[in-house]
Order: sequence, then C-alpha cells, then structure tokens
Amino acid sequence: MEGTALQRRLTWQAATVTAAAWETPSVRTLELAVPGWPGHRAGQHLDVRLTAEDGYAAERSYSIASAPGEPVAITVERLEDGEVSPYLTGELRIGDTLELRGPVGGYFVWAEADGGPLLLVAGGSGVVPLRAIIRQRRRSGSDAPIRMLYSARTLPDVIYRDELDSYRNGVAVSYALTRARPPGWTGYARPVDAGMLAEVAWPAGEEPLVFVCGPTGFVETVAGELVGLGYSPGRVKTERFGGI
Amino acid sequence: METLDGNAIAGLLYEIFGEEMTAATAICESCGSAASVADSVVYLRLPGVVVRCRNCAGLQMVITRVHGLNCVDLSGIAVLEPPGNTP
Repeated sequence: MEGTALQRRLTWQAATVTAAAWETPSVRTLELAVPGWPGHRAGQHLDVRLTAEDGYAAERSYSIASAPGEPVAITVERLEDGEVSPYLTGELRIGDTLELRGPVGGYFVWAEADGGPLLLVAGGSGVVPLRAIIRQRRRSGSDAPIRMLYSARTLPDVIYRDELDSYRNGVAVSYALTRARPPGWTGYARPVDAGMLAEVAWPAGEEPLVFVCGPTGFVETVAGELVGLGYSPGRVKTERFGGI
Repeated sequence: METLDGNAIAGLLYEIFGEEMTAATAICESCGSAASVADSVVYLRLPGVVVRCRNCAGLQMVITRVHGLNCVDLSGIAVLEPPGNTP
C-alpha cells in the first residue's frame, strides 16, 4: 500500500538539461538528468522553481512526460504572459541546470497492476501525463486496451503527433480539432461533447479507468458528460491545469 | 477566477505533511462528503493557497507562507485519511 511506503524527503535539487526538442512551435520537451531520482509513476509530476537575482521565486508543477524507467522529461507549453514557461521554452539550453523537486502526486497515476480498459481524454497540453501512461503500458507489456480522445485547436498544435499516430495493437487515438482542420480531415471537427464521448468511450459496463487532463473548463465538461454516460465518478480521475 | 485542483499542490502538501497527500481522502467539515484531496477546488494565486470542497464549496484548507514557514489551517476538514486507509 502506498501509505506504508518508505517516506522520503522532498527536497529541491539541481537537474541538468540533457536534451530538448520542439513538439510544436510553442511546446518544448526537456529531458533532464536528476541525480538520485527515486523513480516515478506514470502520471506524476514535478515542481520547477525559478529564482530571480533579487530572490523572487516562481514555482510551477509540470507533468512528467516520460514513463517510469525512461529519462525524466517534461513537456512545457509556452504561455506568453507566463513567469516560468517562456524561460523553459525560450532560454534554457542543453547543459543548463534547473531547480526541481519530485516526483509528486499519487492520485492521477496508472500502473500495469491497475489494469484497464483505459479511456484517456486530453485537452491541449493535458496530453502530457497521458502520454506517460501510454508509454508505461508499452514498457510494462500490459495488454490493457487504450482509447484516447485528444482535443486540440489545430493539427499543428497536436503534441506528440508522430508518436501517437504510430501506436497500434490496442491503442486507438481520436482527435477533435476545434479551431481549424486541414483539407480532407476525417476526425472530429468540434469541441468534445456527449455524442463524441459516447462514440469513443468504452461502454460504462466495461468499467474502464478514465483519466481526464486539460484546462479546468475542459475537464469539468468531460467529467460531467462521462458521468451522464453512466461512468462512476470514482473511476474518472481528473487533473486540471491553468494558463498561468 | 481560474481554479485548479489538488493535483496542483501535490508538492506543497508533501512539503507540509511529509508524504503524498493528493490520493488522501478528505471528509468535508461543512457537508460531510468524502473526496480525494486531488479532486478539491484549489485557488493557487491568492495571497496563500485556498482549498475548497468540490461538492459544497466549503472552505477546507488555507495555506499561507510567513517568513518561510507554512501556516496551515485545516479546520474545514473533518477527517483526513492517508491513501490506503478507507475512512
């Protein structure tokens, strides 16, 4: 049981950026070397702290983008008026250090033993912890089938698109593009709604585990619609993030 | 005002309680409902952090940092059970 696990101290420590890649023009993945990293679970996050020369510190929580056993990575969306994300996406270079602590969170997590089927619903960069879950499924050899519904503004805004499109064998990804679609688009062309969820989601009788991550309004809508479809609120795990 | 949820303060709660708390179950002092701390409504950018019940909006937790010390008011939570223990 988690409650009996050995407790460790959560301390701020320096991590080094070992790789960086743009996922979209405004979203960047940073791979980090973290000395003494205790390992993490799919869906957990870490806190990043930036301290200015005058001592002012800003902290933000970022979902870990990688599966347990893979190098620690975070995927950061640049928010133009943000305090932290412009630095992480625009300034930080390979070899630079960054102050972080983690992993944290024990609610929005999935491991092979939790089974499936899984329904993953992402709004924008809410896809990040869900990608860690899909990768964990693959790494662990789990056969829990996954259906994912990913809402983004446009196709170029889709994070991890090549990776998501490469999945076969029990992982099915559907996209909902809310703002603009490329010519010939055959996926959904509207915001996520009850009808769409009814088409994509597992029947409630199959008792899927559900993970919903996105902006607050998106999560509220999706969670409400899923309960309307007969899903038990206790099997719908939610994580909201903000635009600040 | 934009609200988040208890996942957003996982690190802060670990710092305060010395263990993972988002999967803990909180019973609301106001309405008696039980929910994961992760599911609570969190106001992150007030002077301090304010946590409210998602069912009744009752005030559950207020965390302020004064001179580097976290001051925690938990009077809106009747019972706080660590993960693994079912209240």
